[in-house]
Amino acid sequence: MPNPQTIAVAMSGGVDSSTVAAMLRAEGHNVIGLTMQLWNQRRLAGHEGMPEQVTGRCCSLDDVYDARRVAEHIGIPYYVVNHEERFERDVVRPFVAEYLSGRTPIPCSLCNNHLKFDQLLVVAQQIGADRVATGHYARVEYDENSGRWLLKRPTDRSKDQTYFLFGLTQEQLSRTLFPLGGMTKPEVRELAHKQGLALAEKPDSQEICFVPGGDYKRFIDAYLAENGEALPDTAGELVTESGEVIGEHGGIHNFTVGQRKGLGVATGSPLYVIQINGADKQVIVGSDEHLYSRTLRARRVNLISVEDLHEPIQVSVKIRHRHEPASAMLEKVGDDDDEVLVTFDQPQRAITPGQAAVFYAGDIVVGGGWIS
Amino acid sequence: MPRIYLDNNATTPTLPEVLDAMHPYFGEHFGNASSIHHHGQETRAAVERARDSVASLLGCRPAEIVFTSGGTEGDNLAIAGLTNAGDHVITSSIEHHAVLHACKHLEEIGCEVTYVPVDGRGLVDPDDVRRALRSNTKLISIMMANNETGVVQPVEGIGEIAAEADVYFHTDAVQAAGKVPIDVNRIGCDLLSISGHKMHAPQGVGALYVRKGTRLEPLFYGGRHERSRRAGTENVPGIVALGKAAESARQGFERGDDQKIAALRDRLQQGILAQTEEAGVNGDGAPRVPNTSNIYFDHIDGEAMVISLDLKGLAVSTGAACSSGANEPSHVLLAMGLRADRARASIRFSLGKQNTAEDIDIALALVPETVARLRELSPVCGKHAIKA
Repeated sequence: MPNPQTIAVAMSGGVDSSTVAAMLRAEGHNVIGLTMQLWNQRRLAGHEGMPEQVTGRCCSLDDVYDARRVAEHIGIPYYVVNHEERFERDVVRPFVAEYLSGRTPIPCSLCNNHLKFDQLLVVAQQIGADRVATGHYARVEYDENSGRWLLKRPTDRSKDQTYFLFGLTQEQLSRTLFPLGGMTKPEVRELAHKQGLALAEKPDSQEICFVPGGDYKRFIDAYLAENGEALPDTAGELVTESGEVIGEHGGIHNFTVGQRKGLGVATGSPLYVIQINGADKQVIVGSDEHLYSRTLRARRVNLISVEDLHEPIQVSVKIRHRHEPASAMLEKVGDDDDEVLVTFDQPQRAITPGQAAVFYAGDIVVGGGWIS
Repeated sequence: MPRIYLDNNATTPTLPEVLDAMHPYFGEHFGNASSIHHHGQETRAAVERARDSVASLLGCRPAEIVFTSGGTEGDNLAIAGLTNAGDHVITSSIEHHAVLHACKHLEEIGCEVTYVPVDGRGLVDPDDVRRALRSNTKLISIMMANNETGVVQPVEGIGEIAAEADVYFHTDAVQAAGKVPIDVNRIGCDLLSISGHKMHAPQGVGALYVRKGTRLEPLFYGGRHERSRRAGTENVPGIVALGKAAESARQGFERGDDQKIAALRDRLQQGILAQTEEAGVNGDGAPRVPNTSNIYFDHIDGEAMVISLDLKGLAVSTGAACSSGANEPSHVLLAMGLRADRARASIRFSLGKQNTAEDIDIALALVPETVARLRELSPVCGKHAIKA
């Protein structure tokens, strides 16, 4: 090992980040394990619709236990750092507010922007670590030609997490390592076995870490109740594209664009949510063809591979995590690069406000923004 | 890398003479202290010698000592053992969780609890205790020395109030025992808990002083151990160790060990404050046990400070030992009126008998430098300040 560095590894107690810690340790780096305690999984236990016991989730005692055992096994110092307050302020609150305004949020991106690659980088720097490594499937590279740090899609496309990482700044990327970017998940599990990690076969986590069972509606109810806040009345009308009122709904946060089930109206042809109008609490429904659109606008744009958008560029754009990037033109709206217009070659189904639009040039992440 | 341990309020290393004393009771003298035969007699004698020793440390009769598993058990036995639904209990807002959470439980089962406040120095006002008395007050439980700040409470004044009102008085003396002389009769308490591992005996043993004539319901049911106040086969090696640690503590007071520790603590505290701006002592102006200094360093995150220092070989803490990563700002410091950010920026240094002048030198070389680096990198005030 020519250049041993001091690297903080964000350890969640899962296979990926545990393997990262073991790999870097085996390479001779000075590794410090850090687990971010972000949410008390027992906090809403007992509220209506919330499970009494939640196990095997991020930030659960079980996961901290697993991470600690890995750290002990590979012989690195390990600490739990508590950032529950910041997580609630920057991730949970906006998550609830977005749904209540009729949008469909992505808490994982907020967590990456505000916690993992901001707060954790600060902690890492404070405790003397040059860089932070995580178990994300993505690649980061320095491009000599442009002088910029690039975020790229990983070898294992099925695990690609770049969609959630579009908010990383140049400064953050320069201090981040994604050691799994060139590996497939089966290779990671195999390496975990080789390193003697007891959790090599631990299942992947899928859901939003703080929403037990994935039922976000019940989570919002329980969260507001716990804070002594009433669920705002966002009930309103179900309206067709042509403006005809065909029924009522119990609250806009129960809907997401493209949703078919649970509309509570019976019609001859299937109806979908086309648009949610937060201001007058209307849910606009229509047939499948109305779901398609050729353009979107994204705000709070972060550019990675390019410094600015002085002229329109051809990219492919991903509008949700499980979406095959679609060819489009990207151009800025107004003078700065904060807002962009995306014009797809082919209309795209269910472009959903609150989700991210992430722009790619091949494997390279050009940037991304929040669909407005 | 030398490792310096300044977290003796969390736990202390077992003294070599204590380890030597307990060692034979794992193998050579293994008997059950309740057995009739020779083996039992041997260990019974050892347990009773230890009881004598602990009684002399506390100034009570040996029969008034109940051996426990530690401070938490002693606190719980005292509190739960005396109270019933409908009783009123007075405690303070700065107690250890062993007392606070026991009192929360009492509230759940139908008791009323008054939590008296502290002033900015961390001191309970005995007059507040007097004013909180009610006709159904059964128990006052106020700690002798606080675990986070080391502030020593006016327990003698509270003892007088309890005696006048004919109310039981329990004091959690876990952080006082071995650090300052204790005399249960001067304090005027009916119950007093201590813990072995805070005074250079091992973890897993403690004692509760129970004034003669105090009727206490046990926590456990079983054999008639400890005069039916604490069922369960005695932890003989632990009890022997506690007895030896109590003897060492008494000898230490005669030698003036407490003054030596106070001198080291004062040098550490003054050295840190001389080299660090925007820092100060929590509990300044109040009487404190000689080994503890709780210092705030504005604009730092205490958690990052503890980790940074640990990576350099210095063990300190942000307050009560907690491995789960909970980061509630200290209830003790908040009760003293500190802002949450200052409470989170506070570090507890606590010395033990094993610490040397060289340890303090090393700590003084590490702490101000680490504070400076953390401040430079602070999201609040450093060059990497987060833009809103």
